[in-house]
Amino acid sequence: MRVEILDSVLPTDEVLAEIKAGADGAVCVFDGIVRNNTRGRQTLYLDYEAYREMALDQMQALAAEAVTKFAVRDVALLHRLGRLEIGESSVLIVVASAHRGAAFDACRWLIDTLKKQVPIWKKETFVDGAVWADGEPFPEQIAIGAQE
Amino acid sequence: MHIDVLYFGVLKELFQTSQTQVELPGGANVGELVNLLQKTTSNQTSPWRSLAVAVNREYAGMDTMLQDGDEVALLPPVSGGSPCA
Repeated sequence: MRVEILDSVLPTDEVLAEIKAGADGAVCVFDGIVRNNTRGRQTLYLDYEAYREMALDQMQALAAEAVTKFAVRDVALLHRLGRLEIGESSVLIVVASAHRGAAFDACRWLIDTLKKQVPIWKKETFVDGAVWADGEPFPEQIAIGAQE
Repeated sequence: MHIDVLYFGVLKELFQTSQTQVELPGGANVGELVNLLQKTTSNQTSPWRSLAVAVNREYAGMDTMLQDGDEVALLPPVSGGSPCA
């Protein structure tokens, strides 16, 4: 399993080429890219930051869990940090499997779970201001209520 | 005991620093640390409504006991991956 956090352009073609093996019938790729707007507000660029060591630990655990849970052969999970322009890739998920169903399911589960619990944040800079993206609420078993 | 505290995202801006050091009495837990930190900010409740805490890089609960030298990170809701729908 190739799991990395990078400060440079994600090597999508290289990852895709090296993961394929004879036993595979499918390789499912999720290439997450920076969109030019959020709810109609025009985006200039995004800045990603992470709790880097913990994020990498979490990504490695997710990749291993996906292999077990969906019985796929191999997973690559890469995330880029720093300033990303419109159209650049922020996250790359590649799943190799004997069958396409498991590859699709694992790929979907990986991006959905990453977005809920891997400690990475993005600040969106628009033409008229900047905000930290709201993020999804933490799953119940992770969230704590400070207002008691 | 001595605790290293890390802030990320919107909390880093609220505290205007990415890390600080806090002295706590022995036997303190995560909840006591969070309440203490919360009091140092004025009336800014919104970032505290949804929060996770990691102790030594693993998610922890309010009742997790702290040890001298622990690294405690305050994490606002995460937003990695590509832009939300």
